[in-house]
Amino acid sequence: MSAIAIPLPSGLREVAADRGRLCATTGLPVCAVAQRFIKLNAVTAVVFLLVGGIAALLLALTRWQAVHLLNAEWFYRIVTLHGLNMLIFWILFMEVAILYFTCTTPLNSRLFSEKVAWVSFGMMLVGAVMVDVVILKGQADVMMTSYLPLLAHPLFYLGIILVAVGTLIGVFNFFATLYVAKRDKTYEGSVPLVTFGATAAAIIAVVTLLHGAIVMIPTFTYSMGWTPAPDPMWYRLIWWGLGHQSQQVNVCAMVAVWYFLSSVTVGARPLNEAVCRGAFILYVCFINIASAHHLLVDPAVGASWKIWNTSYAMYLAVLASMIHGFTVPAGVEVAMREKGYLRGLFGWLTSAPWKNPGFSGFFLSLVIFGFGGGITGVTLGTEQINIIAHNTLRIPGHFHVTVVGGTTLAFMALAYYVIPLIFQRDFVGRKLARLQPYIFGFGIVLVALGMSFAGSMGVPRRSWDISLAGAYGPAAHLMLGVVGIGGIIAFAGLLLFCLLCVGTLLFGESNQGRAMADWGVAQPATGAAPVRLEEHDHNATKGTFALALIFLACFAVYYFANWKALADVWPVK
Amino acid sequence: MSSIVSPPSDWCRAPAGHERIWLGLALGWCLVLSLMMPFWHFKGKQNSRGEAYAVKPDAFLARAEKFIAANKVGEEKQGPNVIPIVEPPPGGDAYLVARMWSWNPIIKLRLGQTYRLHLSSIDLQHGFSLQPLNMNFQVLPGYDHVLTLTPTSKGIFPIVCNEFCGIGHQMMVGRIVVE
Ligand code: HEM
Ligand SMILES: [Cu+2]
Ligand SMILES: [Cu+2]
Repeated sequence: MSAIAIPLPSGLREVAADRGRLCATTGLPVCAVAQRFIKLNAVTAVVFLLVGGIAALLLALTRWQAVHLLNAEWFYRIVTLHGLNMLIFWILFMEVAILYFTCTTPLNSRLFSEKVAWVSFGMMLVGAVMVDVVILKGQADVMMTSYLPLLAHPLFYLGIILVAVGTLIGVFNFFATLYVAKRDKTYEGSVPLVTFGATAAAIIAVVTLLHGAIVMIPTFTYSMGWTPAPDPMWYRLIWWGLGHQSQQVNVCAMVAVWYFLSSVTVGARPLNEAVCRGAFILYVCFINIASAHHLLVDPAVGASWKIWNTSYAMYLAVLASMIHGFTVPAGVEVAMREKGYLRGLFGWLTSAPWKNPGFSGFFLSLVIFGFGGGITGVTLGTEQINIIAHNTLRIPGHFHVTVVGGTTLAFMALAYYVIPLIFQRDFVGRKLARLQPYIFGFGIVLVALGMSFAGSMGVPRRSWDISLAGAYGPAAHLMLGVVGIGGIIAFAGLLLFCLLCVGTLLFGESNQGRAMADWGVAQPATGAAPVRLEEHDHNATKGTFALALIFLACFAVYYFANWKALADVWPVK
Repeated sequence: MSSIVSPPSDWCRAPAGHERIWLGLALGWCLVLSLMMPFWHFKGKQNSRGEAYAVKPDAFLARAEKFIAANKVGEEKQGPNVIPIVEPPPGGDAYLVARMWSWNPIIKLRLGQTYRLHLSSIDLQHGFSLQPLNMNFQVLPGYDHVLTLTPTSKGIFPIVCNEFCGIGHQMMVGRIVVE
């Protein structure tokens, strides 16, 4: 367990003990109130993940034209259900849990208010259930984007408003806790990196949720017949202030989880705190206020507006992701080399604890997000290239490797530590748990590849049947088959995850008073004397640097191949 | 130190080693990314300028009907509907009406000529997706979205709707023919 036991400054233990407990594994203090709400939010998140997962399977089996499971009405209904349960409910409940953790334990603080936490949780839950009921009753077949003039039942909008405001209240609890911790000096010096990253996520979340309020409130009042219809273009502009920025929240939270898991599984430390923190600040400063890259082929927004708002001060938010994409594996590499895994360029990587689902899940998330989501995201979000991608299956192909293969997989990996440490139960089915990240990761990569290739052949997203168009050949159908098969595998991984979590909560052995059962953290190599490497030592990070160069090469090839494809279509302006 | 505990007080240092090189490379790449768009705007042939004019749905429909009446060269039965086939004058304006769930009319264009194609919807949002070229533009009610388009290949090009517009969304298929 040496890799995760963390020495606590003397004197803090007593303080911590009377408002919670000291973790028997890490020695860190756990606030009892925060613990309760981490549990509540995490369990709720997993329930919504399961609902969204069942929906995902139905969708994958419908888009697979040879199977074509649902009828048109239910297909569109389930797309709406899937989008909201996954992107909004699963992710938001999990993020609130992460916020509550990062503002208490690492700061040795207590949660600001139990009442506020209840209000937040209650509003979110009521809102989410309301939305799901309205959708399943067939009164909101509008997709999660609910573009006007398409109109849903008022309770649909009210539900979303409740979820957004509830989340905002949870975020408030987070900031209040930070303030109290600072005031009471529960920690010395700067906040830990994980908390810093979570703070960045929380700041962006506030901006995001305010956009949500601005767009949803007039839509709600319109659906009640109280106010005139908002303009559809205005709606798109503000809605994407919610829809896009919330993805930046997810990225921030995911990166914070990467740092956390790399610390607990291999003992990684940030190479250079200033660089890591600077990158989080870039996220906060250069989130795209107008979210232009969803509006790149829209009318009434001009070319200079589109170009400026999509590249936004030289893509500094992209730069931030490229920095984290380097510093996280570099931290792993240095930690492994210091443990004596010095062989070649990648000896540190092959000797990493791949059987530990906390490690494999996080590292797969890093690779899938970087190589899949990052590269496709920047390319599709390029003003002109968007012409050959907008609203095709390339778009879901992209975000299933960001928010699914990236964020969702990272959150799953996190659960392999949250459940033993916070719920204090050791996992059941540990062999299956070790496989789970691979199954889910593999499945979702297949889904995304199938979608991306089908989308390149022009297949639209959110379409029940492409055969009526007479525009798509056998290759496109084959790719939809890949989506179907990948969907089955990904669903198997998702279901396994949910079953393992629920099984552990019900039947897992309690580990109260002792360390959690070890998943296998990185141990020093036999016979190697521990060393300390410095960041300017080129031997310390050469493997990561090689990976980064490969990444850059892939990026450039994909990016320019898309310009070439664009140059081949009809001139248009 | 680990990322879950406070860093030592001297944490604020300049980057060094590979990290520093990577920062430089990444920044350089971001510069390329941001210069490509203005570059293509001036040198490339495919751009999305978002040229658009406010228009009431019934006004747009009236303009389109006038356009159809003036340039009609035939018609085609599609189920219960009869869709006119229209050939706009080379270099002229063409109107395409999106509605649940059809594109109206079928438009005939000449190779190498440049047209101003007006897109708008008279009900919900729709997506103009020209296949198999895979060129995609958003169509909104209240906005006359003008594409200045030059067909450079001959053939039959289906127009698929790729913005969800209700239960019949997948049936919404139109056509451009280039001769
Ligand atoms: C088992 C894993 C999953 C599978 C097989 C899957 C599959 C699909 C499919 C087939 C679609 C419909 C694509 C279309 O026709 O346009 C879809 C849409 C979508 N999925 Fe997933 N998905 C999975 C997990 C997730 C997760 C975990 C998230 C979010 C965290 C997510 C977010 C979305 C969103 C936002 C949409 C778009 C909905 C819309 O167009 O309104 N998916 N997914
Ligand atoms: Cu449509
Ligand atoms: Cu449609």
